[in-house]
Amino acid sequence: MAAGVKSRVKLPQVAAAGEVITIKTLITHRMESGQRRHEAGAVIPRSIIHRFVCAFEGETVVDIEVHPGVSTNPFFEFRARVIESGVFRFTWYDDDGAVYTDSKAITVT
Amino acid sequence: MAITRRRMLVSGSATLLALGFPGHLWADDITAAQAIAAFANGAEITPGGVILTMEPVAEDGFRVPIRVAAEGAEALLIVAPENPVKPIALARFGPRAVEQQLATRIRLARTQEVLALARMPDGTVRQVAQAVDVVVGGCGA
Repeated sequence: MAAGVKSRVKLPQVAAAGEVITIKTLITHRMESGQRRHEAGAVIPRSIIHRFVCAFEGETVVDIEVHPGVSTNPFFEFRARVIESGVFRFTWYDDDGAVYTDSKAITVT
Repeated sequence: MAITRRRMLVSGSATLLALGFPGHLWADDITAAQAIAAFANGAEITPGGVILTMEPVAEDGFRVPIRVAAEGAEALLIVAPENPVKPIALARFGPRAVEQQLATRIRLARTQEVLALARMPDGTVRQVAQAVDVVVGGCGA
C-alpha cells in the first residue's frame, strides 16, 4: 500500500496565543478490513492504517488506535490549543510497516 | 536448564510480548464487552457525559460520519457491537489537546447501537449509545 499514499492536513497558518484550533487530517488508503473475500472465497488480507499520531513540538495532541471499522481514506478531526509558534507533526502507521508523515507550521501572533 | 523445543517456543513468545509486539494484530476478534472492559480498566461505567453526534439514518454504511466529544477526557473509544470487528477507534489525548473530541468516518455493517465511551483522568468511565439505521451495510466492515 506504500505506493501512491497522499496525506492532507488542514489547520490555520496563523493563530492568536491560547487560541483553540481545529485540525483536519486525511490520508488516501483503502483500509482493507480483512473481512472481505475474493470471489473464489479466499479472505483478502487485512491492510489498514492501524495508528495515527498528531504531536506539537514533541507533545502529543492525540494518539489514535485505528481498527478496520474506520472508512477508506481515514479522516480525523480534533482540537488543539496553540500557545506558541511551532510545528504540528502527523504520523500514520501502516500494517505493512510503512510510516507516512506530514507536518504543518503555525505562527502565533 | 536444557533448551527444549517447547521452552524455546515459550520464551520466544514471551520475548515477542516483552518487545511490545503490536497487540492490534490479534485484537480483531475481541468482543465488544472485552474492548469495553479493557478501556474501563475495572471502573464502573456510568451513562451519559459523552456527546455522540451521528445521523440516525446512515444511507451508506461504508462512510458514516461520527463525532465523539467529552471535554477533559484522557481517552475516547468508539465501539460498533454489530460489526465483525467491534472496536472502531481509541483516541488517547495528550497535553496539547483541548475540548477532547474526535470526528471521523466509520463503517457500519448493519443497523445497530453505536457506543461511545470516555475515560476521565480520575479513572471514571462514561458511556452513551446511539441507534443508527443502516440502509446499505458496509459489509466486511
